[in-house]
Amino acid sequence: MDFREVVDSLPRYAEPLLVTIQVTLASAALALVVAFALGLMTSSRHLAVRTPARVFVEFFRGSSVVVQLFWFAFAMPVVLGIQFDYAIVAGIIALGLNYGAYCSEVVRGAIAAVPKGQFEASLAMNFTPFQRMRLVVLPQAWPEMIPSLCAFAIMLLKASALVSLISVTDLTAMAGLVGGRDGGVNQLPHYALILVLYFILAWLIWTGMRALERRAKRGIGIDAKPEKGRLTPAVAQKGMT
Amino acid sequence: MQNPITDAEHRPAAERGPATGPLVRFDRVNKSFGDLTVLDRLSFDVDPGERVTLIGPSGSGKTTILRLLMTLEHVTPTKDPAAEGGVIWVEGKPLSHMEKGNRLVVANERHLRQARKKIGMVFQSFNLFPNMRVLRNVTEAQVHTLGRSKDEAEAKARELLDLVGLSAKVDNYPSQLSGGQQQRVAIARALAMDPDILLLDEVTSALDPELVADVLGVLRDVADTTSITMLIVTHEMGFARDVSNRVMMFDRGVIVEEGAPDEIFSDPREARTQDFLRAVLAE
Repeated sequence: MDFREVVDSLPRYAEPLLVTIQVTLASAALALVVAFALGLMTSSRHLAVRTPARVFVEFFRGSSVVVQLFWFAFAMPVVLGIQFDYAIVAGIIALGLNYGAYCSEVVRGAIAAVPKGQFEASLAMNFTPFQRMRLVVLPQAWPEMIPSLCAFAIMLLKASALVSLISVTDLTAMAGLVGGRDGGVNQLPHYALILVLYFILAWLIWTGMRALERRAKRGIGIDAKPEKGRLTPAVAQKGMT
Repeated sequence: MQNPITDAEHRPAAERGPATGPLVRFDRVNKSFGDLTVLDRLSFDVDPGERVTLIGPSGSGKTTILRLLMTLEHVTPTKDPAAEGGVIWVEGKPLSHMEKGNRLVVANERHLRQARKKIGMVFQSFNLFPNMRVLRNVTEAQVHTLGRSKDEAEAKARELLDLVGLSAKVDNYPSQLSGGQQQRVAIARALAMDPDILLLDEVTSALDPELVADVLGVLRDVADTTSITMLIVTHEMGFARDVSNRVMMFDRGVIVEEGAPDEIFSDPREARTQDFLRAVLAE
């Protein structure tokens, strides 16, 4: 085991690090769009809207993400004649759709958790269903989604390592590549290195999502900023009448 | 379609014969939830400017009446509305139904959107929008559903928030207000839509006792200074007595007794009313 060798090979990780970040961000963005689309559809009271979304969600949740990845990368070009110019695109689509399907349940759950009284007040105010969603329901559901979406974002980061299986050179692939030289004597430090890198990335996501959550909660009048000596956010100040 | 008020075929049990016609007419309205019949061929009229209090034991259908008027619930349809009734009318036009040819059919969402414009409701649990500050709670629907300009809506909102004594709270979120303050905002929010009919559904039931007086005070002001028609479901008998012109006692979806508040509260004829009032006033 040669630490010198690991340090020397650090610059080699710059590009794979970028690839991992790219895959994570791009598939997270796709997943978010898919999650909202499917989440709204599965919340619909119309069976014709709900059913296809439900089938899509259950299919993507119920089958292996690795197989989905292979399917988009290798099977689709053969079966449908659709060839992505870069394997990374297939990776992003597979991860985005898979995590989008999972996250749609978060969206659906948060929408369902908005109190019934809010729907009734929106109706009394004569909002259209679209206005009700845009002005009342989603702004209230959004802060509730963030912690779960954060957990999924971190899982997505870790799942991004799977793209190494379809010959995209991300952190994991690079660790295998450099660690595997010289008969693999340096595998341990290289894999330890990327463990730390993944952890740092996850921590960055977590920090970002915490900030987002605080901001979103302030938007509904809850001060989520932890203050000294206070564990719970101050919500109602009683006796102000 | 003929005006149902002058149409003898639609004459309901409660015949009041006002010059202008009733503002609200329940014509043999049925409402069941599954096997449970909440309203059984219920008929009554409310005249413009009248303030009617609905009293009665829980489960007697009072809140259902308000929810039907707000179109939060829908009547259980009858086979032939022209002959059997089962229709709610507002300002001489069907609310629960719509005219198709010269038949009445169950209203679709588009009709309901039109029809519920005249009606405002204040809820037991306030139901303010927690994601909006107080001012926006009162302006949002004015802008989005009445098409008022932002300035116009804001002027109206400030005027009403002043009326309910909350001018100082316009920039607060609902979560920063007490229950009584939230309910007063909810009253302002309902009034901002200029409804002809204001429905008050147990508006003080969720409040701490010391906050009830403020809310009732605001509603007394509204009653004194406007001619808005009110349907009130409440357990505050003193308030009912002061504010309303008429009290209707309900039990199991039918009107047991109705009359001026003084009559009902001082000298109820029906045993069920007497029992109910005794139970409520003993609290």
